[in-house]
Amino acid sequence: MTDRPIKVLIAKPGLDGHDRGAKVLARGLRDEGFEVVYTGLRQTPEMVLSAALQEDVDVVGLSILSGAHMTLLPKICRLLREAGLDDVLVTAGGIIPDEDVAALKEAGVAAVFGPGTTIASVAEFLRANARSRD
Amino acid sequence: MTAGATDDQEAGPANLEARAADPEARVADLEARAAALADQTVAGDRRALARVLTAVENRTPLAEPLLRRLYPLAGRAHLVGITGPPGSGKSTLVAALTTAARAAGRPVAVVAVDPSSPITGGALLGDRVRMQAHSADRDVFIRSMASRGHAGGLAGTTTAAAAVLDAAGFDLVFIETVGTGQGEVEIAASADTTVVLEAPEMGDEVQAIKAGLLEVADLVVVNKGDKPGAQRTAAQLRSMLVAGHGDATGGSLAPGRPRPRQPQVLVTTAATGDGVGDLLAAIDRHREAAAGRDRGAAQLVRAEAQVWAILAERLRARLHDDALRATTNETLRAVASHRLDPYAAADRLLAAVDETPARRRHSREGGSE
Repeated sequence: MTDRPIKVLIAKPGLDGHDRGAKVLARGLRDEGFEVVYTGLRQTPEMVLSAALQEDVDVVGLSILSGAHMTLLPKICRLLREAGLDDVLVTAGGIIPDEDVAALKEAGVAAVFGPGTTIASVAEFLRANARSRD
Repeated sequence: MTAGATDDQEAGPANLEARAADPEARVADLEARAAALADQTVAGDRRALARVLTAVENRTPLAEPLLRRLYPLAGRAHLVGITGPPGSGKSTLVAALTTAARAAGRPVAVVAVDPSSPITGGALLGDRVRMQAHSADRDVFIRSMASRGHAGGLAGTTTAAAAVLDAAGFDLVFIETVGTGQGEVEIAASADTTVVLEAPEMGDEVQAIKAGLLEVADLVVVNKGDKPGAQRTAAQLRSMLVAGHGDATGGSLAPGRPRPRQPQVLVTTAATGDGVGDLLAAIDRHREAAAGRDRGAAQLVRAEAQVWAILAERLRARLHDDALRATTNETLRAVASHRLDPYAAADRLLAAVDETPARRRHSREGGSE
């Protein structure tokens, strides 16, 4: 394991056009010493996969407000697994009802960060759970 | 810097232990993993390519055996540097150039560098935002890199990353620098063709005759050509950049003086694609023209920069290895307390390196040479 920053992809799958939260998180993680790849709005699951694969990220952070999380998040997790990226940590944030969290975790989402989560606690979770590589 | 004697006592036993843990087997394992990854990369496996780039970027133990395998396969791609001030449209232009190259069926790779924070080491890599149209295309590979404290507009490992993409078979490799000012000219040594972007009305004629970035441009592009003033900016740049040369005014430069390049000035609107086809054609023409003339010289400059960086790293490692660490630390302390001048210190350390036999490098023992 070399001393290098953890690389995180922040993507907004789905059709909602509000990415302030994702940008604040991206900026906050930058300040926590992460290398953050930001891909912008309206990402299809295939686009998220392609960015995660080419950038060889350690973490995929998905921000979703549109209510489509039960379709999009499991699909992204499945695509990542099928491409062999099963050691990539997937987390989600945005507006996700508590009752959906268990099913999302079942699908492969490691953590769901709701409104009010501090950036420091997200950073701490990523440092503790992102893969370590040589 | 800690005291040399203490370091020796601490590092000695630890080092012995590491060597006892069968270095031969460790090296053989590294070589086998590197061979497999390199083969997969050349065969078109994009995930393997991504992992090779990570190893190179993080300078892991795999990086050296990987580059030893891949470097001989590189040298075919056209490496195109794209540089210019923040907000001048570099990422949008790279995306538009990629569209044009893909229309001609050419596989394209992009290395896009953004700055690392000097405070936290973190970075926000945002160049993909403008390139998302290509994310579903298997023959486009985009990789973001943080500069990680390297000055000059690139990361320390960008040239090596470009060589990997070259070896992987991409026809065009765009190297996008961080937003640059006037002095970040490193890209000129890393690319075959250097494109410098300007935005309209960015400066007056005096800006155009200052030394630096514009001097190393093979092509100057005024982007955002739909903005007022774009054509006037291009006209000013043309007159200042071209008319200033001896060749154009009857040979006022002494023969044998190094000459700044004489860039062609083009206008593009990357957001709409206007002028981008002409730019790609100009990029191709530059390479063809350079092929007979100074491509060898450009590659020599790049080779020297790469070897020099590694040489400096190796020398530093030698000076801090078990045999020389005490001498190095003592010499540095002598300079710090003004008992020795830095020139004499450098001479003393070079002599010490000369006189001390190098330990064989483990990573080479199982090598293919």
